[in-house]
Amino acid sequence: MNNKVSNNRAWLLVLPMLVLVAFSAIIPLMTVVNYSVQDVLGPNASFFTGTEWFKSMLNDSALQAAFVRQIAFSLVILAIQIPLGIGIALIMPKRGWQASAVLILITLPLLIPWNVVGSIWQIFTRGDIGLMGWGLRELGIDYNITRHSGDAWVTIVLMDVWHWTPLVAMLCYSGLRSIPEAYYQAARIDRASKWAVFRYIQLPKLTNVLVIAVLLRFMHSFMIYAEPFVLTGGGPGSSTTFLSQALTTMAVGQQDLGPSAAFSLIYFLVILLVSWVFYTTIMHMQKDKPPQGGA
Amino acid sequence: MMSWMVWTLPTALFFSSIAAMLAGMTVWEIVSPTIERKGFLPIATTRGDRLFIGLLSAAFIHLGVIGFTSLSIWIALAVSAVWLLVLMRWG
Repeated sequence: MNNKVSNNRAWLLVLPMLVLVAFSAIIPLMTVVNYSVQDVLGPNASFFTGTEWFKSMLNDSALQAAFVRQIAFSLVILAIQIPLGIGIALIMPKRGWQASAVLILITLPLLIPWNVVGSIWQIFTRGDIGLMGWGLRELGIDYNITRHSGDAWVTIVLMDVWHWTPLVAMLCYSGLRSIPEAYYQAARIDRASKWAVFRYIQLPKLTNVLVIAVLLRFMHSFMIYAEPFVLTGGGPGSSTTFLSQALTTMAVGQQDLGPSAAFSLIYFLVILLVSWVFYTTIMHMQKDKPPQGGA
Repeated sequence: MMSWMVWTLPTALFFSSIAAMLAGMTVWEIVSPTIERKGFLPIATTRGDRLFIGLLSAAFIHLGVIGFTSLSIWIALAVSAVWLLVLMRWG
């Protein structure tokens, strides 16, 4: 018999957060929707434009190019950082002072603000004073991120890998730590190979943290702004202009509030869709599997 | 007081209907709690999941119609409404 008193009043404790979110997210978002259908010239001077901004934004070839570039960037980032992060987590020391030391070393890049990361790499890659830029030039490689778009791309990817792989590694490390020793003992009894241990014990147990890692890395790389802005300013040409920078140029640089509002909404819907698909697929994959003991 | 939000009639109607949907779903949930089930969608969904999928796809239907066809937005709205109903009933 269930004699527990049913009381859902604890939900009221969520109210302050709800009010906060309303003011920090919902009301501003509603305002963006309002802006997206008007040409707002100033207080009390706005014209209803209907769907015009959406039409022009969706057919803007520069934005379409930025969108493709953005997808490519996020996929490259995920393809490098997720396997690399798992790999690093697997070889990190498990106990003792080495474990703490490695954890601290690995966390360092995460503590650096985005635009500082951009500045660090901007100086690092300069041909005259930067260690990497100067070194590559001395080796006879024509490396110049302000002139070759390939170089700029590689550098931005490298910078993001340097900055954010630690996050994936730390998430995976915590996931690996939470696997009970009994699984490894059972694997040893079965004389399972290292690969089998990874494939059938470690990887399945990492699914939860990997969902979080993939989602965080996707969303952040999809919205990346400060680092490429400081490093390349979107150039050379527009070869590293990602979506948020295209948006900022339009909204802040040119004060085109209506078109930028329409563009923001499209951007938001894409992020919402991708995040939802990611989340549902991975959560669904888990639900289909027969329940295992332990976690 | 709300003039900074530059409300227009269409957007006000839009948000009112969203709010009405959410309120309606809440009442429906209290009257008869949802049961997760499998329809024509590849995943098992609750009522709220189907509403979310319906609204999100409606947004993309509208964007597609506005951006890449010369059809009226009312066609997009009609298609979305029918799609939402189909989804809620059989999804």
